[in-house]
Order: sequence, then C-alpha cells, then structure tokens
Amino acid sequence: MAFSFKGGIHPDYNKERTYASPIEVLPPTEEMYLPLSQHIGAPCIPTVKPGDSVKMGQIIADNPVAMACPIHSPVSGKFKGVVQHWHPSGTRQPTMVIENDGLDTVDESLHPYEGDLDDLTPADIIQFARESGTVGMGGAAFPLHVKLKTALDKKIETIIINGSECEPFITADHRAMVEYPSTIVNGVKLIMKCLNKDTAVIAIESNKPDAIAAMSKATEDSDIRICELPTKYPQGGEKQLIKAITGREIPPGKLPMDIGCAVFNVDTCASLFRYVSKGRPLTKRVCTVSGSAVIRPANLLVRIGTPYYALFDYCDGFIEDPYKIISGGPMMGSAQHALETPVVKNTSALLAFCGDEESFEENPTCIRCGKCIEVCPMRLLPTYIYQHALAEEFAECKKLNVTDCIECGCCSYVCPGKLHLVQAMRMAKGNIPKN
Amino acid sequence: MAKKLLVTSSPHYRSERTTSKVMLDVIIAMLPICAMSVVYFGWRALALTVVSVAACIAFESLFNLIVKKKNTVSDLSAVVTGMLMSFNLPVTAPYWIAVVGSFFAIVVVKMLFGGLGKNFANPALAARAFLFSWPTLMTTFVKPFITPMLPVFRDPIFVNGADLPDYIDTVTTATPLASLKTGVLPETGIADMFFGNIGGCIGEVCTAAILLGGIYLLLRRVITWHIPLAYLGTVALITFVFPLTGGNFDWQFMVYELLSGGLVLASFFMATDYVTAPVTARGKLLFGIGCGLLTVFLRYYSGYSEGVSYAILIMNVLAVPIDKITKPRRFGIGGGYNDAK
Repeated sequence: MAFSFKGGIHPDYNKERTYASPIEVLPPTEEMYLPLSQHIGAPCIPTVKPGDSVKMGQIIADNPVAMACPIHSPVSGKFKGVVQHWHPSGTRQPTMVIENDGLDTVDESLHPYEGDLDDLTPADIIQFARESGTVGMGGAAFPLHVKLKTALDKKIETIIINGSECEPFITADHRAMVEYPSTIVNGVKLIMKCLNKDTAVIAIESNKPDAIAAMSKATEDSDIRICELPTKYPQGGEKQLIKAITGREIPPGKLPMDIGCAVFNVDTCASLFRYVSKGRPLTKRVCTVSGSAVIRPANLLVRIGTPYYALFDYCDGFIEDPYKIISGGPMMGSAQHALETPVVKNTSALLAFCGDEESFEENPTCIRCGKCIEVCPMRLLPTYIYQHALAEEFAECKKLNVTDCIECGCCSYVCPGKLHLVQAMRMAKGNIPKN
Repeated sequence: MAKKLLVTSSPHYRSERTTSKVMLDVIIAMLPICAMSVVYFGWRALALTVVSVAACIAFESLFNLIVKKKNTVSDLSAVVTGMLMSFNLPVTAPYWIAVVGSFFAIVVVKMLFGGLGKNFANPALAARAFLFSWPTLMTTFVKPFITPMLPVFRDPIFVNGADLPDYIDTVTTATPLASLKTGVLPETGIADMFFGNIGGCIGEVCTAAILLGGIYLLLRRVITWHIPLAYLGTVALITFVFPLTGGNFDWQFMVYELLSGGLVLASFFMATDYVTAPVTARGKLLFGIGCGLLTVFLRYYSGYSEGVSYAILIMNVLAVPIDKITKPRRFGIGGGYNDAK
C-alpha cells in the first residue's frame, strides 16, 4: 500500500453498481460492424470479398505492415461489404458489415496449440500474439505483438500487468480478474516466457479486494507478485503505474521500455492465452455498461462489432433519454453521438447519463487556487498553460511542457472555476510550433 | 432517441467544488472570528462587518451594472473581501471608513483590474493600506469589554469623553505591538494575547478563533499548509534569534510577536488569498518566507509598528514571478529517478 505517485484525485468511483455483477454473455446482433481501424497503426484491408461466407474466428481483414494485426469475424455468416459507418472516434470510417447466420460455425483452421507451452520460443509467442489479433485492451489498442517484439529487443527488467482499472464506473477488468484469474495468469506466464523474465508484477488497486484475492490465489505457485496499489486516479496510467511500482519516471517522449518496463493490461494477457490454449482469436471482450441512465448496469461479454444499442437494450434500456453516452470512463473516455456505433477491441465500457445536463460556465474564471497543480500527476502548471493556450501563445505552452500532458482530466475535475483545462491542453498540443 | 446527445471533450466528470463553495468555506472559517469580535467589542464590531460586506456587494453589483456585465456577486468573493476588510478595522472606526474601504477594495483593486482572479493585490489589504490615509481613525483602539459598549446606530464620539465617560484616558489603548517595538514585553499575559483580551482590530485579536478557522480551511483543503507555516515560521525564527529586547534567543518576545497584530489572521486568511499568492508548492513556501522577512523588517524598522499588510502587498506583486522560478521538476527529468537506466 505504500506505492503511489504524486498528485491525482479521488473521484466518486461508482463501481459498486457493477463490481459484483457476474459477466453476462450478450447474444450477437443480426449484423455486425467491424471498423477496419481498431488499433494504433495502419488500418486493415479486407481479406474476403463481398458476398463471401465467413466463419466465426476467421481472419476477415489484415495488413502485412508491422504496425497492424488482423481482425477476425465475431460470427459466422456473409460478408456484405465495406460501408462508411460510425466509429467510436466520432467519425465515419470504413467498416465491414457481416450478416450473422446465427450458427456460430467456427473456422476449422483454428485449433489450440498442442505442444508443450515450455517449448514455445519468443518468436512463436509473438507470432501467436499477432495471429490472435490482440491489442492493448486497456484503452490504447497498441498491437500486442509489436509491443512484445520491441520489448524483446530492449532489455526489460520489470513486466507490469495492469489491473488497476482506475477510471470510475468501469469494472470489466475487475470481473475478469475475479472470474478467470488463471486465464490471465497463464497469459502473463506466456508474456514472461516471451520476454525471458522469471517474474512479473500484477498491479491492482486496493478497491478490488476480491480481485486481489482471486489473483493471489492464481499466482500462489508462481513467481508472479501481486502489488496492491492505493485507490487513486490515474493510478492505471502507464507513467503513474511504473512510477508507483518501480519508482522510475519515463522521460518525456520515451517509452516504458526505455526505462526497462513493459506494461500489459490483464485482459490483454487473457486474450493471448485464449488463442494459444483454445485457438480463440480476439472476437469478444468484457464491457461494463453503466451510468445514471442505464436501468440495469452490467458487465457484458460482447462480440466485437456489436452496435451500442444492443448493449443498452440488453440492460433493459434507459431510465430516460440520456444526454450523454461515453465510450470508456468518464475521465478519459470519448463522448459518442450515435447508438449504431460498434464496440471495438478497446471498448472497456459504455456509460449513459441522464438527469440534469452538465452545466458549462460561460466565462470560466481562474481564481489561481492551484488545485490543478496539486493534482497534476505530470507536475505541469495547467492554469498557466491554459492562459497561454487561450492567448494562442503556443510556444509558451511548449516551454511549460504541455506535450507531457497525459490528458487524464484531473485538472479539469478539481477546478472550482470549471475551466476547460484539458481541452486547452489538447488545443495547445495540436498547435505546438514545429522546430 | 428524441434527445440529441451531448458530445464534449473529456473529462465528463467534475468535482462538486465550485468557486462559490470555496468562498463559502472561507466565510464559515471566519465566523468564529466574527463571533469573538462581538464578545470582545460588542455589536458594533458585527455592524462594521455587516456594513463592509453590504458595501462590497453593492459596489460590485453597481460596477457590473455600469459596465454591463453579468453580476458576479454570487461567487461570494465580495463577501469574503468585505469580512476580511472589516477585520482590519478598530471597533471605533466610523461606518463611512468601512464604506470607503469597500469601495477601494472592490472597485479600485478588484473590478478595475478585471474582477476576481485578475487583481494583483489582495483587495482587503490594499484597502487597509489605503485607509491609513486616516491614521488616527485606523489606530484608535479600545480594550475589550469596555462599558458601556460603543454605539451601534451611530459613530462613536470621543470628544469630551462622550461615548467613553471617565475612561477616555485609560481605555483607548496602545496595542502590544507598539510596546514590542520599543523592546519592552507588553504587560498583557500570553493567555490574554492568545484569546484576544487585548486592544486591536476587531478580527485580529483572538488568535484562538483565527486558528480554529485556519484549521477548518486546512481540513477542507481550501488552503495548504505551505504559506501559513512558512510565514509564521520565518517570523518566529527571526524574532526568536534576534529579539528587540536585546540579546538573542528570547522565546517570550517571539511568542508576543506572533500573537500581536494581524500576523496570524493574515498568514491564514490573507497571505493565502489564491489570486495574489503563488500557485506552486515551492512558490508558496518562498512567498511565506518573503512575507515573514518583510513583516519582521517592517515591524523592526518602519515608521509603523505593524508590517503585515505591506509585507503581503509587496509579496503579492511577486506572486507570478515566484511561480516562474518554482516550476515543479519535469516528470522523468532529473531527480535521480532514472539513473539506473
């Protein structure tokens, strides 16, 4: 419990609405929508032609470049074609439409790895990671095989498995750790094997005692250590997590690997192991459905490509029309405007809010209380950056290291004047003079 | 869906803390001080506070009306300014002094610079400094518990001892500071000093009530410990090591210096004024130390016996430059955290 980082906030977590709800299986819809862009890197290109029939788990899109991983069909049926469809980013993007035949016929080329897990080489595991279509499930959607490959090239001292799940409302990783801890731990072992390490640290926030207990039990006979972290937002931020566990700070513009660390989300590990042990690529994920507008908040096992409305319908719909729907958590998630948007590989939660709409200060006034500085986990001066950003003095913003901002939202959260601090940071980042 | 969805930039979550709630906390923290001012100096003390607050609200509303801006009094900062300014008045002060002070604080120092958050000096302190244009009115102190209490519905008349019959010579009193300045410890006991049974401005005498309010502000996280501790610590250190009583290391002199005048009030309620203090943690320490150094310097060497308000006003001007030189260490750079790699 001694581990932490400087700054951060303690918002209302609202996790009690779903932390005890077992994961429920959401039936797929008649049509599934699979955006070609579901990871950081190059978008995929369809590998099937319109009209082709597809099997469940079959690769339907891929890209041979390094920074990409395949997309698998979440159902069996017919590929209808590529349309422009709403994407969680808020834009219309090329999206593959699969007509579900309801049979869930599994692609027969998929099979579990039958050899001895001990015989696997790092190259094998990286290959599996790619074939499984696994990306960082915590939110970043960084292709797993790319991360493993670069981590292997650099010398890694500490493997950190992120189960902190610090965003309010979200309990997807929490339930995963409670319900299938051994799948996660076996995935962690694969990653350890891939990176030639004997140990790993699984970091879990103190507000998930049952997850800590389950994971402790699953790691009893291994050298994997469970690290209980104080509940504080943004404990799960990569930089804050590494600081809390190793005491090291990632220098500006550098990666965790540059200071000997590699961080993986718990469900990412589980996804890798499922592919190796059961031959199941990433076509489903756990997604928390919550928020004040949702009648029956729940944790759902959702097929990737399911439109949002199917999740909300399954949760008995809305108490009243929501004014806001968020993909992800309330701190860093993005507001959505179309219920037809599909769940993608990194959709950890869907939140819907009703009631009094958020009010916006017309002329937000900074009273220089310094709260934003107290809470900034990156030790920035948000109020000064804000003032320079509004005055379009972007060179000054750069001098104040606006590029270090992780957009965690702590500053905006605490600001009594309700300044749009994060928004100003983003604007400044996008306008930094090149030199 | 009937309703259009709201799409805004993250975060979608905001704390309950608002500017007016912060100001309300400051007001709550000042209530014990208000109460003790009535105990010691009678209802006239409360009347001075009420007049100041009313005047501050009126001037701010009027100003907004004239410049055709949305009225800003609901942020409660005018109430805070009014209360703080009245705390700097002796109970003998006429009401028009409170009104003039409010005008200066709100219109000249705050609104003309763009309103809350834009003023470079603490409005209440600047008003106090301005009101010293009437030095006699600002420094006619009476002892607590005088009988009869001073009138509430008119200004006191001291000519021929009208309002203070028989007592005119003995009741108006020099503050302990005046005595300390000459290197003599006041006759008042330390307990009386602490609880405020001394002559002085209505809000500054009762250190016990001020500390109570200060602790409330700390617990509510309205202020941090940096400025009060650095400020009081600096004054304590210097007055202990270099007392005016001759020699060195005089803890009694130090305690009297700490409990005299507006020091404790200012260190918790004025030097910590958000707008006019640095925002970085190290900056706050530096600011507190600066206030302490200047306060002792002014108390020792200036023409006035008190130095708190000018010390803070001078440091107010330096708040932004102090921020610039006390930026926190950049994440991932220096600090020896990554030397292993």
